[in-house]
Order: sequence, then C-alpha cells, then structure tokens
Amino acid sequence: MSKYRKLIVSTALAATLALPAYAEKLGLGRTATPDEIAAWDKDVSPDGTGLPEGSGDVFTGEEVFAEQCAICHGDFAEGVDNWPKLAGGMDTLDHEDPLKTVGSYWPYLSTTWDYVNRSMPFGNAQTLTPDEVYAIVAYILYSNDLVDDEFVLSKDNFLEVEMPNKDGFILDDRLTSEAHFVGEPCMENCKETVEITKRALVLDVTPDEGTSAEAAPVAQEAKAEPVEEAPVEEPAVQEAALDPELVKKGEKTFKKCKACHQVGDKAKNKTGPILNGIVGAAAAKADGFKYSKVMKAAAEGGLVWTDEELGAFLTKPKKYMKGTKMSFAGLKKDKDIAAVIAYLKSFPQ
Amino acid sequence: MSESSNKTSPSRRQFLTGAAAAGVGAVAAGAAQANGDPLITQVQEWASATGEGVDATPYGLPIEFEQDVVRRNVEWLTADTISSINFTPIHALDGTITPQGCAFERHHSGAIELRKEDYRLMINGLVDTPLVFSYEDLERFPRENRVYFCECAANTGMEWAGAQLNGAQFTHGMIHNMEYSGISLRTLLEEAGLDAAGDLADKWVYVEGADASSNGRSIPMAKALDDVLVAFKANGEALRKEHGYPVRLVVPGWEGNMWIKWLRRIEVTDQAVESREETSKYTDNLANGIARKWTWEMDAKSVVTAPSPQAPIKHGKGPLVITGLAWSGRGAISGVDVSIDGGKTWKEARLAAPGQDKALTRFYLDHVWDGSEMLLQSRARDTTGYVQPTKDQLREVRGLNSIYHNNCIQTWWVKATGEAENVEVS
Repeated sequence: MSKYRKLIVSTALAATLALPAYAEKLGLGRTATPDEIAAWDKDVSPDGTGLPEGSGDVFTGEEVFAEQCAICHGDFAEGVDNWPKLAGGMDTLDHEDPLKTVGSYWPYLSTTWDYVNRSMPFGNAQTLTPDEVYAIVAYILYSNDLVDDEFVLSKDNFLEVEMPNKDGFILDDRLTSEAHFVGEPCMENCKETVEITKRALVLDVTPDEGTSAEAAPVAQEAKAEPVEEAPVEEPAVQEAALDPELVKKGEKTFKKCKACHQVGDKAKNKTGPILNGIVGAAAAKADGFKYSKVMKAAAEGGLVWTDEELGAFLTKPKKYMKGTKMSFAGLKKDKDIAAVIAYLKSFPQ
Repeated sequence: MSESSNKTSPSRRQFLTGAAAAGVGAVAAGAAQANGDPLITQVQEWASATGEGVDATPYGLPIEFEQDVVRRNVEWLTADTISSINFTPIHALDGTITPQGCAFERHHSGAIELRKEDYRLMINGLVDTPLVFSYEDLERFPRENRVYFCECAANTGMEWAGAQLNGAQFTHGMIHNMEYSGISLRTLLEEAGLDAAGDLADKWVYVEGADASSNGRSIPMAKALDDVLVAFKANGEALRKEHGYPVRLVVPGWEGNMWIKWLRRIEVTDQAVESREETSKYTDNLANGIARKWTWEMDAKSVVTAPSPQAPIKHGKGPLVITGLAWSGRGAISGVDVSIDGGKTWKEARLAAPGQDKALTRFYLDHVWDGSEMLLQSRARDTTGYVQPTKDQLREVRGLNSIYHNNCIQTWWVKATGEAENVEVS
C-alpha cells in the first residue's frame, strides 16, 4: 500500500515539474535592480552561500550580546522566563523534555547567523552590522563550550565549525515508518475494555474564558440573557490638553516599544515594566519589576519622569543612563518622542 | 371516533376558541396572563419598536450575544503575545468556512500594517529575469479561487504527554479554512522564467515575509509548481492584517508555518536554506533523540467540536447532534467514524458534503442520547487509505517529544450531566 502511495506522489510531482514550453508571459512587473536584490536577498545557506565579508570575536560578542540580546536570552544565553535558551542541553535530545539549543540541536551554523542577522534583536531586527552578527554568533558558540574565548568567527573559517547535532536529523519517513496507519479501519469489538487514563481537569491549565462559554451544568437553561459586557477601554478624556492626533501618532510609534512594554487595562510587566501612568511618576515604580541597579539608584536620587526627562531617556537610553536594562537604540525624531509621550499620557493609571 | 383522533385533530370549534384566546393575548399584551410562553403570547419590544437602520455599522460585527465566540490565547505557552499563537473557537462554529475575524493567528514578530501601495513582491535567484511586482501587477494575473485548510504544525502539540487543555478550541483550534482568491505561484515563476534553473527536480523556492521576523521557508520546486497560491483575498474580502494583508502564500495541505504572510520575496535556489523555522523549529524529535525534518504534510485528522468541554449538552437526553471537522493534507476526507464508547465500536458519520482536497470536511452523527456517559471520539480516513491513529499508536513510532504533527484521535468524556472533559483512554 505504501509503495503504491509513493508511486502516486512521485508521478504527480513529475507531472507538475514539466513546464509547458509555450508558457506565455504577460509582461507584468519590472526587472529588479541589483541593489534591490542585495537589499532583500540576505538568506544564508548551510554551505555559506549568502555570507557577507566580516568577522567577530567572542569578547566583542559578549559585549554586543549583553547590550542587544541578554534582556531576553540572559547574560549567558541561558534564557529569561519563557524566552529561548540558546546554550546548554547537550545530550538531552533523547530525554524527557529535551533542551533544544543552538549547541544541542541546531544542525547548521548558517541558521544561527541568518536568524540573528535577519530576525534579531526582537523589536529592533535587521539593524546589526555583519561584524556584530559574527561576534554574537561567536559568543553563542562560546556559551555552548564549542569554541574557546580566543575564537574569532569570520566568513573564512565559518564552515570549519562543527555543530554537535549535525547528523541528528532524518528526512520525513512517515510514508514508510507509519505505513501501518493505512488500511481497513476496525468498526466493532476493537478493544475489550476502555479506561480513562488521563484527565485535563486534574491538570487544570486551561485558560479561564471569563464569559458564558464556560461549561454550564445541564439543568441551566440557556436564556437569551445578554452576556455581561467586557470592560471597554475608556478613551482618555481627563487630560484636556492631549492632542488626539498626537496620541494616535504616538500609538504607532509605541509599536517600537511593544516588544517589551505594555500599557492599558490588561497591561503587565513583561521584558520591560508596565508603563501606565509613567509620565510624571517617580522612576522605578512598577510593582514587581526588577529594575537595573542604575535605575533604582536614579529613583532613590529622586528621578521623576517628566516630559523632559523621559524625552532625554528615549533619545538615547544607554547614553542617558549607562547600565539600564533597556536595550533600545532610541527615537531619533523629536516629534516621535513627543507623540509617544502623549500616547503614554493617555494611560494615566 | 377514538380519543386519540380527537387529540390529533381538534374540532373546528376548539380551534376557533383557541385562536381567539391567542388573539386577545396579543392585543392586550401583559394585561391578562395568556397560557403559554410569554415570548410568544406577549408582544415583545423587538416586534413593536424599530431596530437599527442600515449603515449603523458600515462593516458588521457579530451580534453582542455571540461575543464569547472569539479567538483565545493560552498565556503560559509563549513568552509574549507578539511572538505567539491563539486558537479558533471551533467548538462554536459550524459548516466549514472559518470567518476571518475568529481564525487563529500566529505571529513571530507581531501583525504588521503594510499598505497595498507600499507592497512589493520580488522574484529572484535562479530565474531568467529577476522581477518586482506591485500589488496592482498581481491583480492583473489570471486568478483562481480555492478552499484550503491551514493548520499549524503545533496544533494538538500540548497533548502528546496526556490530556492537557480542556476544550476543542485549545486542543485543535490552530486551524482555519478559507476560500482564497489569488494567483498560482507557478504563473509568477513562469513570468520570471525558469530556464536559468535548469533541471527543476532538485530546485527549491525560498519564500520570505516582510515583517521583522523575516520568516522564511524552503519549498521543493515540485510543490511550488503544483498547487501553491499567492493569495490576496480570503472568503471574498481582503486578508486581515493578522493573516498577512495584503498578500500571503497558501501552501495547501502543508504546515501553516510555510504559508508565509506579508509575502515579499520568492527566491529560486539549488538548496534548502535550512532557516531557523525548518531546523530548530518545525522538526520532530523522536524518542531516540533523532529528529525528522521536512515533515511538511499534515496527516489526516479530525475532532468532535460538539459536544465538547466548551460546548456541553444542555438539553438532556434524546436527539443529539454530534458534529465535528475532519481534514487531510494528503488528499480529501473519504469518511469519518464516530465512537461513543472510547473506540470499542464505531459508526460511520454523515459528511455534510463530499470531502474536498486539502479542505475541512464537516461531519454529523445524528444520535439519540440515552443520558449515560460517553467517551466520544472521531476518526478520519482520507483518499490515500490512511486511518487517523490513536495517541498510543503515534507514541509508539514517535515518542513523546515530537511537539508537532500530533494527529491522534481525541477523546471527550461526556458525563451524565452533559458536561465534557478532555481525557485520554486506554
């Protein structure tokens, strides 16, 4: 049976691969320029195709990592909260709950380079220079004990790095290893007894739906009573001076902040502290957030987030406060800063 | 005549008296207590006053009484909602088409807002002429309409070790089914020309999104030329931003991660890129520590959507509609069987319509419930002869750590009260 299925599949593929020679073109679109292709075609393949010139050492990598990555991935690539761990987990792949990291699982180094280069840092992607990417990747290798602290990664030695799990993958073999799932289904007397072996309610990890969708006991009639209204976020009306246009602009600018910060009714501390009521408030006042030492010291020194102080911080966070955990490059335009402050003011508490 | 005939055919006189009584009730609403359901015997407010005019809501939303039919998130699954997933309320839907507004979302760097005017699609790599298309260019290619399901490879992924989440929405809601309008990827590749690629048998297409995650996947050329669509409409209207507005890729039958949203680039290559999402993620760890890769196809699968933990039986015993969804990434659904005794005996369900290739199929079992406990299961079969396996059968081959591609038979324990719970059975 499985052989037969494979035959069907491969015949179908052969048929699709045959392009009709007369495939007519519509002449739509325009030729892409070399610069356009260079700007977008950045993927890197296992054989190194796509790697740019450059290099970076472990030491530099540690610095860049601390600045750009550690807030989520931890100083030692060990991962913070639910964010991915990048190091460790060697020899756990055949255990219960294997720890899949760059060191223990990823088969190709190119994948790490490519991902850091195109998709990281989270919330500020595609801003690293090739040298910084080489340095970060060198540091991740070092965190996994795969290179020593003198190591310099470059385009030239890239393919020399051995990934521990490079042989840890096989191609999809379901059509053979699971061929026994094909066949006649049993309809009667399929088993002697049936016992309940596991129950979801015992675990109790299902989110509370908070509405009428909760399981209702059978006797309860489903009357057409309107469901209780979910709390609707009230527009900020208290600050008459707030320019709605500016607040709206600020909401857009705030997208840069959203990777780490939340505002609004349901806001919580995430990678960064909750920002409700931040404007005009004393520094480091979000309950339960672990601020950096310098931020706590500034708060003890009486720092209040006035428009001016907040504006200065947002221009260049790391320069304004050396040692802050906020790994954000800063807002270049004054009008963006004004907009985002106006937006934050619209969440007075 | 006999008594019974009197009951079934009331005399003309009885009929007239009854009608008169009802008429009085209707006119003097609330005055005299007529015998019957006040929703019928009394004039209701909506039958008297007028409702909303046209244009009250230029783009309509579901009525407020349906506000619990929404996507839901399982917070502990991921670090942050920006890189996360939520679930389609399949327990509350019927038919097969998923409304866009409640179709699950999966983002890696959040849902971006990309205007059609700012949209560009590039085709480069091993093509005769690298091309750039605007959105308007895409609208000028011959168009197709197709219905397909899109299932995240991690759907049911939390259930490998045991019964965990209590609701069909959470166990099986990483799926939606829409009618897409778009262009075949083959048409676009032919426009750029594939002579430069030479032998197509070992070539690939790397597809990439415009968002900050730059999510990209490698697709074998044979699939790219077969049924992949570059889509810009779903269920007749523009894609929602959370599903990739203005343009997304549709890769029928294959795992949702490959359905690149905000599609910006298609590159013809001579090897798989082995990006993060096709090595570190979306690979399936087996018990021996070796992982399967390139497990693109979604195996045949089904689930009873009602009754289920979020959709308990409220009417007591008697006629009961058991319903659910079935699908296969390898073809069409040929049949669905339902068991009420945890898999000892099976009964073939009625398909609402014949199975469609790589699309959801709705099934019904019109049952008379005797009010006793049920261990409710469904089992899909597809046109390749594949029969949906039990969780134990899957674990025998794959172990516990695969995360992805869990297409096991699901069991709901429906209790005498009508409430249901997600359980696992021997």
